[in-house]
Amino acid sequence: MWTFIHKLGSPPWFFGFSGTLVRWLLPVTVTLLLVGAVWGLLVAPPDFRQGNSYRIIYIHVPAAVVALAGYYVMAFAGAVSLIWRIKMADVTMRAAAPVGAVLTAIALVTGAIWGKPTWGAWWVWDARITSMLILLFLYLGVVALFEAYENKTAAARACAVLSLVGMVNIPIIYKSVDWWYSLHQPASIKFTGESAIDSSMLYPLLLMILAFYCLFALTLLLNMRAELLWNHRDSGWLKQLVGDI
Amino acid sequence: MPSDQPLLSLRVVFLRQFLRHGRSIMTSPADVANPLLFFFMVITLFPLGLGPDPTTLAALSPGILWVVALLASLMVSAKLFASDFEDGSLEQLALAPYPLAVTALAEISAQWLATGFLLALLSPLFGVMLGLPDEGLLTLSVSLLLGTVCLTLIGALGSALTVSIRRGGLLLSLLIIPLNVPVLIFGTTAVREAVLGGNPESWLALLGGLALGSLVVAPLAIGAALRVSLDS
Amino acid sequence: MYFESLAAVWHMDGHGFYVWLAYALTALPLVLMVWLPLKRIRQHWRWLQAEQRRSAAATQSTAMGSDV
Repeated sequence: MWTFIHKLGSPPWFFGFSGTLVRWLLPVTVTLLLVGAVWGLLVAPPDFRQGNSYRIIYIHVPAAVVALAGYYVMAFAGAVSLIWRIKMADVTMRAAAPVGAVLTAIALVTGAIWGKPTWGAWWVWDARITSMLILLFLYLGVVALFEAYENKTAAARACAVLSLVGMVNIPIIYKSVDWWYSLHQPASIKFTGESAIDSSMLYPLLLMILAFYCLFALTLLLNMRAELLWNHRDSGWLKQLVGDI
Repeated sequence: MPSDQPLLSLRVVFLRQFLRHGRSIMTSPADVANPLLFFFMVITLFPLGLGPDPTTLAALSPGILWVVALLASLMVSAKLFASDFEDGSLEQLALAPYPLAVTALAEISAQWLATGFLLALLSPLFGVMLGLPDEGLLTLSVSLLLGTVCLTLIGALGSALTVSIRRGGLLLSLLIIPLNVPVLIFGTTAVREAVLGGNPESWLALLGGLALGSLVVAPLAIGAALRVSLDS
Repeated sequence: MYFESLAAVWHMDGHGFYVWLAYALTALPLVLMVWLPLKRIRQHWRWLQAEQRRSAAATQSTAMGSDV
């Protein structure tokens, strides 16, 4: 176990390992996404209250779930980077931020589109959409802070501090937005959709969540590989690797 | 500092740093007056924009007062560590054998006393101007008293992260605003509850919890962020 | 299969526009998210290969120069 973690911190080993992983993950992710989308779009029955528009949740909910998990991945990498000063952790954090931001934006856009047939407005200050918006700001803050520093080692450490504080704050933000929404909720658009979801609708949703997790891992690894190639363009191991192929 | 001199206790260090920063604030009263003036002027804009109808203004006033307080805190934190960073005294502090978290917290406390605390004391005045019902005035003051502690600490963190960056102003607001959301929600809800005759105590308690929590966490993060800024 | 015809899939009882818009607006960034880093990797790889050829040519020419 420990040797595995030690290996993860070594760029040459990680480059080879992630190459194998990507080769497997790419077809798996594409298959899962296609199967999940077809299942959710064509096979699953419509919701008896919302009709067919509910099919948007098959991308909205997975994007929202994985975007939130992505912030924790980023903050965890930030903690590792701060405590052990491992370069690979910096690269992970750097690669996770834009991926998470895009997923958050997808969750926001699909949430807004879902709101139009459901509530009759493109934008409603609903609890989940509002928290997603704040999560987007948190991501953009990390990305912008990283870009603002010229010294990239310092940038990674500053982003690590910020993302750790954000991680402590996220549960408080989500809870406070929840309370805020339930206090101001007008009775007309109340949507207590906490009823048990039928398995014919649940399975494609779970599949899509799995697919989005794979997608997150895939894009994270690809971004890390691109970053590594550039950062280590003068290293011996990479020159040897290029020469071998 | 000669090495044979014994280390001071953290309490003394805190107090000295607090007084040093307090004195430097005293020398420029404009820095104390500016946020209050900003608050006053923005409050004036709202009746002009929304119309003078007292019931509308009264209904919106908790939100307005809190949002403007948040904006004022942004303005203050933009230059919290700037002068210390430029004249090198921050570097001296980082080299001193005391935790940066403690010395930074001393500066922030002095800053809070000169801005957040004053704002909280004067806020009922502004509340009256916007027609906030009398029941809400005390809660407004107390909520701002607790809330500005959080706002100042979070603002200081943003300032510490961006102090070495040229044109960090907009970036600072991007970093700070999302972190301030819970403070804003708890604060406005407390005032609104007080006006509507509900119980603001639970919301004030939440604010107090946030203030205590950020008093514990924020100085550590600020210390780390200042070291990053000095290294870059 | 829930729908009976292709037209029904497209129309989705009036919600088709929203559903397909949401899926399209998701598919586009997803494809870009995978394609852009792949492109960057390929570019960097080519650059590294070109660099290696260049340095190989340089060492070869200096070696020949020392022979003469």
